[in-house]
Amino acid sequence: MASTRDWLLDDSPTSRLQASLGRFYRIAAALMRNPLSVLGGLIILLLIVTAVGAPWIAPYSATGQDLANRLMPPSAAHWMGTDELGRDIFSRVVWGSQITLTIVLLVALIAAPLGLLIGAISGYFGGWVDKALMGVTDVFLSMPKLILALAFVAALGPGINNAIIAIAITTWPAYARIARAETLTFRNAEFISAVQLQGASPLRVITRHILPLCTPSMIIRVTLDMAGIILTAAGLGFIGLGAQPPLPEWGAMISRGRTFILDQWWVATMPGFAIIIVSLGFCFLGDGLRDALDPKQADKH
Amino acid sequence: MAPLVDIANLRVSFPTPRGRVEVVKGISFTLGRERLGIVGESGSGKSMTGRSILKLIRPPGRVTADRMTFDGIDLLAQSERDMRAIRGARISMVMQDPKFSLNPVMTVGEQIAEALVTHKKLPRRQIYERVIAMLEAVRINDPARVAKLYPHEISGGMGQRVMIAMMLIPEPDLLIADEPTSALDVSVQAQVLDIIDDLVRDKGMGLILISHDLSLVSRYCDRILVMNAGTVVEECVASELQNAKHPYTRGLLAAMPTLDESREELPVLDRTQWAGT
Amino acid sequence: MNAITLTDLDVSYGDTKVVHGINLEIAEGESFALVGESGSGKSTVLRAIAGLAPDWEGRISVLGKARTHGIDRQVARHCQMVFQDPYGSLHPRKTIDATLAEPLAIHGLSNRGARVEAMLAAVGLDRRFRFRFPHQLSGGQRQRVAIARALMLEPKVLLLDEPTSALDVSVQAEILNLLKRLRREQGLTYLLVTHNLPVVSFLCDRLAVMRHGRIVEVAGVDQLKAGALTEPYSKELLAASGGHAEILPT
Ligand SMILES: Nc1ncnc2c1ncn2[C@@H]1O[C@H](COP(=O)(O)OP(=O)(O)O)[C@@H](O)[C@H]1O
Ligand SMILES: Nc1ncnc2c1ncn2[C@@H]1O[C@H](COP(=O)(O)OP(=O)(O)O)[C@@H](O)[C@H]1O
Ligand SMILES: [Mg+2]
Ligand SMILES: [Mg+2]
Repeated sequence: MASTRDWLLDDSPTSRLQASLGRFYRIAAALMRNPLSVLGGLIILLLIVTAVGAPWIAPYSATGQDLANRLMPPSAAHWMGTDELGRDIFSRVVWGSQITLTIVLLVALIAAPLGLLIGAISGYFGGWVDKALMGVTDVFLSMPKLILALAFVAALGPGINNAIIAIAITTWPAYARIARAETLTFRNAEFISAVQLQGASPLRVITRHILPLCTPSMIIRVTLDMAGIILTAAGLGFIGLGAQPPLPEWGAMISRGRTFILDQWWVATMPGFAIIIVSLGFCFLGDGLRDALDPKQADKH
Repeated sequence: MAPLVDIANLRVSFPTPRGRVEVVKGISFTLGRERLGIVGESGSGKSMTGRSILKLIRPPGRVTADRMTFDGIDLLAQSERDMRAIRGARISMVMQDPKFSLNPVMTVGEQIAEALVTHKKLPRRQIYERVIAMLEAVRINDPARVAKLYPHEISGGMGQRVMIAMMLIPEPDLLIADEPTSALDVSVQAQVLDIIDDLVRDKGMGLILISHDLSLVSRYCDRILVMNAGTVVEECVASELQNAKHPYTRGLLAAMPTLDESREELPVLDRTQWAGT
Repeated sequence: MNAITLTDLDVSYGDTKVVHGINLEIAEGESFALVGESGSGKSTVLRAIAGLAPDWEGRISVLGKARTHGIDRQVARHCQMVFQDPYGSLHPRKTIDATLAEPLAIHGLSNRGARVEAMLAAVGLDRRFRFRFPHQLSGGQRQRVAIARALMLEPKVLLLDEPTSALDVSVQAEILNLLKRLRREQGLTYLLVTHNLPVVSFLCDRLAVMRHGRIVEVAGVDQLKAGALTEPYSKELLAASGGHAEILPT
């Protein structure tokens, strides 16, 4: 063990692989030193394990109705009780984790690279390219996220896929802004001038030299935004524009449970807990990443 | 007469992942009303020494000393509040880059005036006169106009002169100048140092001039401490610098090219011999 | 053939013209210095030659060929630049290996690993440094990497923008020795910007004194060594750095 660690922390690595693994190890080690970010990481790990292992973890089907056992309080048979159609809430929450994870991953996969690229192009070229791209970005930014998502879903029609597209469309502008600001701080740096002088094409300068510098702040921002994305998805589900019944989406579950909130509190509360815990998990991890990826941190020996 | 500054066994350390590291390793010196130069390469601990005297080293940095007095005051025993009364009024510090030391939203005149009134209550009229007189003293032409300018409207050399005016207007007993001219052009450097020199001599102050430039320090100081890796390797009278004995000092002197250079190759320091870090 | 010829060169940033009517001929193999106070336009001249300050008028030719305004891949092969700040001129997230291999990749040159190792040896860096990140190097080591990067494409002309002014004297001596040796070994032409006259005396054959964007005097280094510059402003510069020389043991 000790020798692997020494190999990773070697001051003079002997190969490209060792150098990048070493850097990765240092970041991971910095992350592990912060208890909250470890907790956040564990929560997200739990989310992933639950989503992947849902068929084996969930004791019941997510959609199978059992009208004889409607609105049962939590018990040994139904850990989180049952809802108004007699469905096991624990099983629904477990299955619902798949939907949440899909939303989060797809939004991150669509919005972050899109924002990154638009921001970097805008910042790198400046001039009218910048004006045009940032004009579009500002139009999106000037509208409240949920309202904009609502408008998109209303236009595209309700459903989980459209909800994902709508959320992705509303999140990229913030990333574009960050990426542009970062790009502006680097674009006149001497190390960028140096690659330009070697004859590198703008595409190469942006993808190979500028984007790697923007990604740490982007990763941090996306992680911190995940909570908001989950809440927006839940919000859309709650007002009936996201996932459609009988899909066990957490926001939609709360919405259905709110009719019984006074007498059968568990119906709305259990998926609510799930949303809060996962959101907090992302926030903790994001905060930890901010400390671990901070370039100033990395510059200390 | 008791010395102005008396320091014995000063140590400054910082925590690092590999444990606490001393960056100043037990240096001792005394200073009268004279001009002391501290030279050495970057990272040798010059700034940390200067900042220790003002107790400007923040935790987790730690300063210890057997003795550290200023004009009979035991600096080690002073509280942060007591130190604020000493800083500026009795000991001033000029930093390397005026751009970072001047407040961008205040005019030059206001800043100099503020430096004065924080330590002394004076009628307005008199404050203005003192500010103008001080700007004249640092050889700024048309001081009344310059007093109304903002920091971004003046050049680097002028900015540094304004800094000096600010530091000297409360008439301190000791001026610590940490690389005061490193950000300036050669021709401006000489002007700024001449001004510091004149003012220090006129007012009979003590001066600690910190620099990496051996020739500059030897021109403007009476006595020189040569630092390397947190220790003083050589102490000598400024005029005797070219007869320095320590191989490190000699190495530094030899490594500088001269105006009439004829050597094919410059001798370089063999670092392994003194490498502390 | 001249390495660099500048004819009536004016350079502007936006609406302000900062370099006015520069005429200069630098022979192949020569080491030429541009000196003057900061803001006098020295770096701007270098950036125009390199293609980083595209807003110029007049004529710039490099190795006999007139150059276009932007960055030019062909000029890039022959003419490279070393920047002043060793901390700002290396990409903070790339290993030394990646930084040095990049120009080879851009120009599709093969055998990159071996070339990088050979270049590290040429600039006096141990192989241990190859896979380190810039923050693991000292200022002098970084400047060696910057010089190595500029030499990767085997250029004939090297533009040096104050390559030692951010370094300690002992490190400056190492870099100056390195530059002198590389020029001898590879027959390079240097155009060096500096405000340090002793450096000119050590490394250069001729110098031009600039002030307010104009060249006020061109002189041989012998004139500098003899203190025989003629223009009043040049004399002023000489006087300002004169004191540096007098305390030194000779
Ligand atoms: N906050 C800090 N933490 C750790 N080390 C520090 C800190 N500040 C300064 N140092 C180290 O102290 C040493 C001396 O610094 P300094 O006194 O600023 O040197 P100089 O002689 O260039 O003024 C340097 O090696 C520097 O890396
Ligand atoms: N990117 C830029 N945009 C606008 N003005 C600039 C820019 N770079 C330099 N300048 C101005 O051009 C002048 C010459 O600068 P420079 O060539 O860097 O001088 P030197 O290298 O001699 O110190 C200065 O007045 C400076 O303010
Ligand atoms: Mg310092
Ligand atoms: Mg310059």
